[in-house]
Amino acid sequence: MDNNHHHQEESFWRKYIFSVDHKIIGLQYGVTSLLFLLFGFCLMMVMRWQLAYPEEAVPIVGKLLGDGGILLPEIYNSLGAMHGTIMIFLGIVPLAVGAFGNYFVPLQIGAPDMAFPKLNMASYWSYFIGGVIMIASFFSPEGAARSGWTSYPPLADIETGQTMWLIGMVFLITSSLLGSINIITTVVQLRAPGLTWMRLPFFVWSQFITAFLLVMAFPPLEAAAVLQLMDRVVGTSFFLPSGLVVSGEVLNVSGGGSPLLWQHLFWFLAHPEVYVLILPGMGIVAEVLANNSRKPLWGYKSLVYSITFLGFMSFIVWAHHMFITGMGSTMSSFFQTTTMIISIPSIIILSAFFITLWGGSIRFNTPMLFALAFLPMFGIGGLTGLPLGFAAADIHLHDTYYVIAHFHYVVAPGTIFAMFAGIYYWYPKMTGRKMSDLLGKLHFWPSLIFMNGIFMPMFIQGLAGVSRRLWDGGLQYAHASGTLQWNEFMSISAWLLGLAQIPFIINIFYSMKNGEKVDRNPWGSTTLEWVAPSPPLPHVNFDSIPEVHRDPYEYSIPGRKRDFTPQTEPKKG
Amino acid sequence: MEIPYTVEERPDTGLINSKLGIWLFLASEVMLFGGLFSAYVFLRLGAPDGAFHEWGQDLNVPLATLNTLILISSSVTMVMSWASLKMNDFKKFKMYMGITLLCSVGFLVIKYIEYTSKFHHGIFPSTNTFMAIYFTLTGLHGLHIIGGMIVNGFLMGPGSKMWKTEPEHFTNRIEIAGLYWHFVDLVWIFLFPVLYLL
Amino acid sequence: MSDHSMDDIKSHVKVYMLVFASLAVLTVVTVAASYMDLSSGEAIFLALIIATIKGSLVASYFMHLISEKALITWILMITFVFFFILMFIPTIAFFDWVNIS
Repeated sequence: MDNNHHHQEESFWRKYIFSVDHKIIGLQYGVTSLLFLLFGFCLMMVMRWQLAYPEEAVPIVGKLLGDGGILLPEIYNSLGAMHGTIMIFLGIVPLAVGAFGNYFVPLQIGAPDMAFPKLNMASYWSYFIGGVIMIASFFSPEGAARSGWTSYPPLADIETGQTMWLIGMVFLITSSLLGSINIITTVVQLRAPGLTWMRLPFFVWSQFITAFLLVMAFPPLEAAAVLQLMDRVVGTSFFLPSGLVVSGEVLNVSGGGSPLLWQHLFWFLAHPEVYVLILPGMGIVAEVLANNSRKPLWGYKSLVYSITFLGFMSFIVWAHHMFITGMGSTMSSFFQTTTMIISIPSIIILSAFFITLWGGSIRFNTPMLFALAFLPMFGIGGLTGLPLGFAAADIHLHDTYYVIAHFHYVVAPGTIFAMFAGIYYWYPKMTGRKMSDLLGKLHFWPSLIFMNGIFMPMFIQGLAGVSRRLWDGGLQYAHASGTLQWNEFMSISAWLLGLAQIPFIINIFYSMKNGEKVDRNPWGSTTLEWVAPSPPLPHVNFDSIPEVHRDPYEYSIPGRKRDFTPQTEPKKG
Repeated sequence: MEIPYTVEERPDTGLINSKLGIWLFLASEVMLFGGLFSAYVFLRLGAPDGAFHEWGQDLNVPLATLNTLILISSSVTMVMSWASLKMNDFKKFKMYMGITLLCSVGFLVIKYIEYTSKFHHGIFPSTNTFMAIYFTLTGLHGLHIIGGMIVNGFLMGPGSKMWKTEPEHFTNRIEIAGLYWHFVDLVWIFLFPVLYLL
Repeated sequence: MSDHSMDDIKSHVKVYMLVFASLAVLTVVTVAASYMDLSSGEAIFLALIIATIKGSLVASYFMHLISEKALITWILMITFVFFFILMFIPTIAFFDWVNIS
């Protein structure tokens, strides 16, 4: 007996708010995360005013801040800590995994939904609650967290504003755990008939490995968050050493704790976390590149092995964030070696992407522009990570603007560009209409230019020794004086980057009603999601269960009529 | 279209979805308690020689031994409640599940006695790092017991209606709940000697 | 699930009782062992060995791991690799310091 018939219309609440349909949940994640990304971006724009004009009041926002409108160090630090937290945990991961993963993994494997639809809904709402708590922390008497997104004790233990951050993190981690269990089970169990592991689109592989990273790596941070909460609320000394002197007085706690314990537990997650940030993006770029070069993805097997190897390696490199904590040469050598090794799969993946383009019939539509830009941008980000992986160089570069530049290159013109590519590419599947290519190009070109305008000079500042998290941008330091003139340039680039997002926002709304109407497969793609109607049918997705007969990237195969063959097309004979 | 493989196994993996799901969840729980055990090791190494052993003398070994036996018993009754369903004996299922819940209550009562006696003697998580990790580890474990009790209670009560309409599906649910419960027992099997005996 | 016959289950029940008895005995053993005069290293080693045996019994028989599908066992093995990394590297890091004298 089938108890899941929904012949009667679902109520508004059941259909749109508490839906168990992965597409609705994916859209919920998408809208929420894009709003958080925008908010985190605004925080940065305020910070960058301070950096450009350290002794001038911040316009508009300054009236709310008191003290003549200049950002006090505490406020600046709050903005910094929350910018990082929001962008990573409320922005990118929910967008890359929650939105794209939820919406397109079931479609690309020919499934009617995720394995656990109710759990899926629970994970979205857990994320939502965590997000509300994080934003609410700005308004709490203690204020928002101000010890960096890395929340190092003893500062995080004793500074105000951290408690709600910790509670919010528990909800966010729970959301991620539930979501990743769902994705792994879905990919293992719900692949359509004929869809073997080596016929999976690379996007699905990237989501699969990402989900494993989340399942294994997040819990130690949850443990650490509990410990830090205990320190703050119950008075334990997990991370507080004996004899700690604060403001001239010895802290009245039992002591015996270790700040390093936090760092180990934190980075055990946070390193795999950065791969969580990039892997889904790589998956999206793979799809868009193959589709718009009309060529199979080069080196599919090596891509799959590389991404799997990368996933494993990401668990044994974490202490490269801790080179300056005084570790001995055994530890240091171990982590330097593993860090160098982990660069190899990334290089293989990037190279395979480049080679895919060779000899292709490249279509320069908007998703492709973003996917193409991803390649050199991620390249710069990855290459600039290498000096950071060597302890000798890292001792000079750690905690400088060089690090900020490195990771932003990977995440901003890296992952976020991949996210944009995904939105432009899959918008027709979600809505039945294409986004405007003109507005898309108006979005793309300034974004590319200004991303580089913000982050390239940061390398210069970092090499000169300008530390990160300085509320006045290095004004007080003699060694920074030679590079400070870049601050204004970078800030203006940041604000112009903000303006460049306006065509994108307009495009999303405009195209819903006025975009070019298209059929099921406007890009001529081979993968399964394009077999379903646009948008796919509620709760079941496909008209009938697809059967897979082919590899995922049969583009431009000689001797065939069309330059692409969908995975569902049967083989003759 | 229903989600496939919720009751019948997928041929190539031999699994139903919820079984894979619960094992993945348990894997994440291994890492969660692993993080806390790692903290235990780190703090013990950082404490003065023999301090942890000395501070641990404040704990009540007989009570905890009793608790260990109670939890092991609840694990047996849990698997027996599943076996009863496999043998089509719904009454026995309810009996065994009821005993499981009783054992859980007993476990929590003893923990309550332990905690309040510590507080009564002025021993708190803030007293030293051993007590800090002791309260955190057993506290988190206790929260997991409560979570398990809620699930088991639901399955014994309103959830058991499913036995009449979908007996196989319901039996699977008991098996899945059992896996979680055995894991909670497993964690205690390690917590007990580490905290109370070392 | 449907591959278990009545006799199958009955023999399983026998195993469960045996395991229960073993677990009870091992619990007593581990408490008794704690009263022996051992160095701290030996005590830790012994306690962990006994706990591992008990844990393996629960996992193999109560949780049916001994007859479980390969995929599950693989996931658990991978998990334990990461578990040991999490346990050991911070510990090693604890002892490996830069000597600033």
